[in-house]
Amino acid sequence: MLGSFDFDVIRRSLPYLFYEGMTFTLTLTALAALGGLIFGTAIALMRLSGYKTLGRIAGLYVDFMRSLPLVLVIFWFYFLVPYIGQWVTGASRPISVGAFASSLITFIMFEAAYFSEIMRAGIQSISRGQPAAASALGLSYAQTMRYVVLPQAFRNMLPVLLTQTIVLFQDTSLVYVLSIPDFLGAASKVAQRDGRLVEMYLFAAVVYFTISCIASFGVRRLQSRIAIIR
Amino acid sequence: MNYHWNWGIFFEPNPMGTGTYLDMLLSGLVLTIKTALLAWIIALIFGSIVGVMRTLPSRGAYWFGFCWVEFFRNMPLLVQLFLWFFVLPELLPRAAGLWLKQLPNAPFWTAAIGVGFFMSARVAVQLQAGIGSLPRGQKMAATALGLTTVQGYRYVLLPMAFRIILPPLTSEFLNTIKNTAVAITIGLIELTGQARSMQEFSFQVFEAFTAATILYLLVNAVVVTAMRFLERYVAIPGYITGK
Repeated sequence: MLGSFDFDVIRRSLPYLFYEGMTFTLTLTALAALGGLIFGTAIALMRLSGYKTLGRIAGLYVDFMRSLPLVLVIFWFYFLVPYIGQWVTGASRPISVGAFASSLITFIMFEAAYFSEIMRAGIQSISRGQPAAASALGLSYAQTMRYVVLPQAFRNMLPVLLTQTIVLFQDTSLVYVLSIPDFLGAASKVAQRDGRLVEMYLFAAVVYFTISCIASFGVRRLQSRIAIIR
Repeated sequence: MNYHWNWGIFFEPNPMGTGTYLDMLLSGLVLTIKTALLAWIIALIFGSIVGVMRTLPSRGAYWFGFCWVEFFRNMPLLVQLFLWFFVLPELLPRAAGLWLKQLPNAPFWTAAIGVGFFMSARVAVQLQAGIGSLPRGQKMAATALGLTTVQGYRYVLLPMAFRIILPPLTSEFLNTIKNTAVAITIGLIELTGQARSMQEFSFQVFEAFTAATILYLLVNAVVVTAMRFLERYVAIPGYITGK
């Protein structure tokens, strides 16, 4: 019961939890969100390009990724990336990829499917007159996208993109299955070393909860601030 | 690639003595489906109650629903499963905790309850949006006809709302199936878990994961097709999707 609750084990492991664990989690979240957004936008543009094959490939990729559990995808990439690395570099044996690189590639590829759907909705929400006006001004396709369509789509979808990033932040805890010391992994290591499961898991829960709550509160405020009055 | 492919591996006996490797994966698939169905029932029951509470005029009910949703939405599923599995038995009185720990199939029940409650927050939000999308007049008409609040929800609001949110509920059900894979961390040997142990026993990584991938895709296809039929069957006449 709570009478034997040991706050000291939390205090002692704070530096490890935050300097190692939380740094890993936040770096992974930020880089995966950025990479996922870039790849996702590319996939969305492929789907909306009007080329049938290109669109179908992008659609298949998105549907495929979205019907698999993230845990399975993490395992897939963990074993697959060394072989892909070997194939790309022409090495004679599968190259060893660090835990961070492996999970970063996994999350970028996985999140790209989700971000692409958000960006597709964002691009489709732009009225037809905008690209028409852009080409009337003599802008090329690339310029139209770069200066007219994508900035507006991004702005309209910013709250949704950020919400997805909060989901991503929570999902990074799944790298636990590879025994990587992210925040939860670090907490779990301390918990098992000191036999203090209750304290460490409750503390991890409180930290995740606080960060996600503050972040989603921020997103809600941002949403009301940047809403365009039409 | 110097990887030794061996697709015949599925028909070789597994080291557990329970038939072939294929049988191992299929038993994992059955466990995935069982866990997902139980979790989905829990999610629907609690999600419906909480979703309705969020639309009631009572402030207390609204706040309860709000807290429920925020609580289950703002923690990673993995952490929630750890709380149910490792922390809850310690916080209960000694006898109850001991009973929980010695429960046969503890990972299965924990996974179903954990995933179920996690998904209930999402179902609640969908249902709230569904009820909110109905014209105000529906509730007023129900009241004018002399229906009580319970009757109004039972006969007027919910039958409409559930049909409207059927497509998003389908994807939430698919999410439930996918989320059961997280329970691998508390020792539930479902489909992903079986693929992982097949990989550890046989070293045929890619065959094992390919098979698991195909099985997940099949389950997805079956669910999507079944829900299409259900959507057409319950479509509301006069709406765009209706007859």
